[in-house]
Amino acid sequence: MSTIANEAPKRIHPHKFTLWVAMGSIIMMFAGLTSAYIVKKNQSSWLEFDLPVVFMYSTLVIILSSVTIHLATKAFKAREMGRYRMLITVTAILGLLFMGLQVFGFMDLEARNIALTGARSNSAASFLLVITGLHMLHVLGGVIALMVIFIKAYVSSVKNYSSLSIELVGTYWHFVDILWIYLFIFYNWIS
Amino acid sequence: MSNEAVLHAPAGAGLHHEAHGDHHHEHHHETFISKYVFSMDHKMIAKQFLITGMVWAVLGGLMSVLFRLQLGYPEASFPWLEDILGKWAEGGKITPDAYYALVTTHGTVLVFFVLTAGLSGTFANFLIPLQIGARDMASPFMNMLSYWFFFAASIVMLSSMFVEFGPFSGGWTAYPPLSALASASPGSGTGMDLWLIAMALFVVSSLLGGLNYIATILNMRTKGMSMTRLPLTIWALFFTAVLGVLSFPVLFSGFILLIFDRNFGTSFYLSDIFINGVGALPNEGGSAILYQHLFWFLGHPEVYIILLPAMGMASEILSVNSRKPIFGYMAMVGSLFAIAILAFLVWAHHMFVTGLNPFLGSVFVLLTLLIAVPSAIKVFNWLTTLWRGNIRFTPGMMFSIGFVSLFISGGLTGIWLGNSALDIHLHDTYFVIAHFHIVMGVASMFGMFAGIYHWFPKMYGRYMNNTLSYLHFWITLAGAYMIFWPMHYQGLAGMPRRYYDYSVWESFKQFAELNRFISTVAMIVFAAQLLFLFNFFYSVFKGRKVTTQNPYGSNTLEWTAPINPGHGNWVGEIPEVHRWAYDYGKDGQEFISQTTPVGADESSH
Repeated sequence: MSTIANEAPKRIHPHKFTLWVAMGSIIMMFAGLTSAYIVKKNQSSWLEFDLPVVFMYSTLVIILSSVTIHLATKAFKAREMGRYRMLITVTAILGLLFMGLQVFGFMDLEARNIALTGARSNSAASFLLVITGLHMLHVLGGVIALMVIFIKAYVSSVKNYSSLSIELVGTYWHFVDILWIYLFIFYNWIS
Repeated sequence: MSNEAVLHAPAGAGLHHEAHGDHHHEHHHETFISKYVFSMDHKMIAKQFLITGMVWAVLGGLMSVLFRLQLGYPEASFPWLEDILGKWAEGGKITPDAYYALVTTHGTVLVFFVLTAGLSGTFANFLIPLQIGARDMASPFMNMLSYWFFFAASIVMLSSMFVEFGPFSGGWTAYPPLSALASASPGSGTGMDLWLIAMALFVVSSLLGGLNYIATILNMRTKGMSMTRLPLTIWALFFTAVLGVLSFPVLFSGFILLIFDRNFGTSFYLSDIFINGVGALPNEGGSAILYQHLFWFLGHPEVYIILLPAMGMASEILSVNSRKPIFGYMAMVGSLFAIAILAFLVWAHHMFVTGLNPFLGSVFVLLTLLIAVPSAIKVFNWLTTLWRGNIRFTPGMMFSIGFVSLFISGGLTGIWLGNSALDIHLHDTYFVIAHFHIVMGVASMFGMFAGIYHWFPKMYGRYMNNTLSYLHFWITLAGAYMIFWPMHYQGLAGMPRRYYDYSVWESFKQFAELNRFISTVAMIVFAAQLLFLFNFFYSVFKGRKVTTQNPYGSNTLEWTAPINPGHGNWVGEIPEVHRWAYDYGKDGQEFISQTTPVGADESSH
């Protein structure tokens, strides 16, 4: 075993690679949904409406959270554990704030009498709910992953110097961030 | 010797003990639960997938026998049917609702549970680590989850057959509005809810499995095992996993929209619908065609997800048992790649008659017919591998040759169906049924049988009985052709699929006897599968024991592992690879294992 490990060429960690493939898979899901959105938009009875303004703020929040998780990774590598814990906590809170703002966005639409579900709903609004909602679930997955590594950082009695976990979560977090930016641009300009 | 002892004789001779040759394994305690139930050993997970797939194959096959009974004997009544189906066969005659439920469940189960999970799940799990030289998958835990999600999906799907109004009955493709409105048909209520839950769990299982297969193949190969030295089985399983990982999420998005239409009153797929007894629905602006696009964007790659593993295993088995190198290794890999790419570009050929723009249709015709090129390359290479080979007709080899035969027969009718003009006449007829059953259903089933017969000694350390295997092969091959060949004629005559009773149609009355013939053969072929089941389970426990490490004289790495490999596969170091997998009959040697260093007088591969 050891000889093989020494002589084998340096490869990407299998878990990291798996994450990249999984992100490709998630991209396909959103590609399917956004292309369905485009197909639907070109058919009759598509409701045009302005996006909730609060989506602007949620975009800023998720970009900010990408910055904090990047700093958290740097802090971990520098072994500044206090700073690391603080930063991943901030990231998780920003993630939850992002989800809250998205919900505000949905409430804003309902308040403007644009039904998201139910008999009065138009698929334009329903699409917004489904796509944004699925993205929120992916952010929630990231928050849960953050909580797991947060608990690890406290509980583990053995000092762990492997930055694999935080790097995995960080990559995923940047991914959901970019995914939202894509969706935001898609809603506003592409479609 | 008990099965336990056979399966796990060298258990514990795995990862942690190889260095110091420690033979006292008490501390390496494996319980029944961790060994057989929540196992993380890829070989055990493969067996779990296989056995679950076999259970589903029997159930799905039995369903086809039941609805063939209705088609073959529409006037007859069978009192025993009422005994087993109850209210679904009142007076001994299958009701129309039950007939559609049987057809739907047969399709769903065979396509997804048997030929996707049962085939890739089994052989990707079993062969990838053994043939690339890895101790296990990249993530054994995810691998275990993959099986248990599949198991949960199985339980939910099975339970849908026992709810009050029966399982979903709107066809395996689950097109809305039948799948979207609970009041549309009896099976559209609880039955469809359970169908959707089962399929969602199934998608999760496939994704977890597929991610693992890709990560393992690309990252865990042993020293010297470059991509171009991989056996073709691994290439095929690799492209299968890529197809699954990229197409199942799109099906999932389609399902999510369907769930919203079903449960939250949205109108993605629904518009202008009036239901008898319910009245006009408020849904407006939806498009049922949208679902078809999302469904077939998975649906077409899905047929290659089913077929590619069979192609890979047939390539390997044909080469081993012809004692010749596979003809055109790189062409085989290239054609797999071409098929994988084209699989994503042809989905609309399932939708030629949905009002698709004819100009767009002609683009899809062109792309569809292009698949004939890589397919023909593969057939040519299989035939030239056999050509002047020193053929050993092992059961695995028989089924591989049978696979090639079925792939040719079924593939040729694909050229007919790929034409949008011919499709106007042929769509939704028995011609389509015949085409996809031969090329995807039976051919892949043959690939699966070939794989089971060929790798059984590696799986269980015993041999299966050859006489029963040959009997199984000939009845199945002849039966498959006798069932599906006549269907081409029925389809050309315009006989539509999914009808309950053809005897009331003046134009199709003439096929009454042909239908009876097909049904009779279907029953015989189903009975022949019991031979296989008996052979399989008997041999697991009582089969003749394997005594040599490499019974086929095969080059690949799985035959360098112990006869009953423990968790970790190799005792000691993982072997290093020095050459490709197909050095058969080279320089006067019958075979040269991949682990043999390249000699001074050889050029390297």
